[in-house]
Amino acid sequence: MSEFLAMGGYGFYVWGAYGVTALAVVVELLALRARRAAALKASTEAVR
Amino acid sequence: MNLYRYSSPSTFYPLAGKLAPWFGWSALILAIVGLWIGFGIAPTDFQQGEAYRIIFIHVATAWMSMFIYLVMAFWSALSLGFNTRLSGMMAQAMAPTGALMTFIALWTGAFWGRPTWGTYWAWDARMTSELILLFLYFGVIALRNAIDDDRRADRACGVLALVGAVNVPIIYFSVQWWNTLHQGSSISATAAPKMAAIMLAGMLVMAIAVWFYSIAVTLVRVRCIILERERGAAWTGQMTEPGKK
Repeated sequence: MSEFLAMGGYGFYVWGAYGVTALAVVVELLALRARRAAALKASTEAVR
Repeated sequence: MNLYRYSSPSTFYPLAGKLAPWFGWSALILAIVGLWIGFGIAPTDFQQGEAYRIIFIHVATAWMSMFIYLVMAFWSALSLGFNTRLSGMMAQAMAPTGALMTFIALWTGAFWGRPTWGTYWAWDARMTSELILLFLYFGVIALRNAIDDDRRADRACGVLALVGAVNVPIIYFSVQWWNTLHQGSSISATAAPKMAAIMLAGMLVMAIAVWFYSIAVTLVRVRCIILERERGAAWTGQMTEPGKK
């Protein structure tokens, strides 16, 4: 396992690349969920 | 089936809602398979060691960053030419994901370049033009936010997106036109790939995963945009009643 994480000495670069990618995707998905919730709320309030 | 039926926001909204989960879950499954190939099966590269495993996301997102821009420019052209509402909304929905893909391509490229080339960044033709792509996406998003009237924003952003589209072939051909740092393509439609089949397989599966992710996210975002821009129209109220999908 620790050998896998070490990535033959390139662990920082490999996980630095993959980690930031994962983080960026999570941020986009959370932002999108918040945007959808806000749009739905505003839309139902607009008809009332 | 008449596809034009789905060219209005009110008919596209439920269709996008049905399609998005399929693309989203497919993207997740493909990403798991692609990473499993990339980390579990594909062997260590004889020159780059384990650092090459970064290319599985780098190449996929770099392709997507250019492709999303072209599709955004396509919707912008439709929006400018026919003044259709949904086209402008589609163009608007693609910009953030395009910017995200460009950022990931630049970031992973830097983290691959440091161990492989010895530098995170160089003002190389490919990297500089990709950075310009990021600024073009930011420009489109900022311009959109600066204009209150949605239809005027569609036109302004449409012109910017179309003018900026010249940058995409520059990125694509930069490695042939200029002999700077970034290497040429390892994959071509006309020649045998210059990489092992299993590495290529992992890269292509990741590329399809990134495609499906982008489609899913764009569909969800365009639904938000439709609700935001059609607010107050009778149909949006019916669509968003509690319990409705």
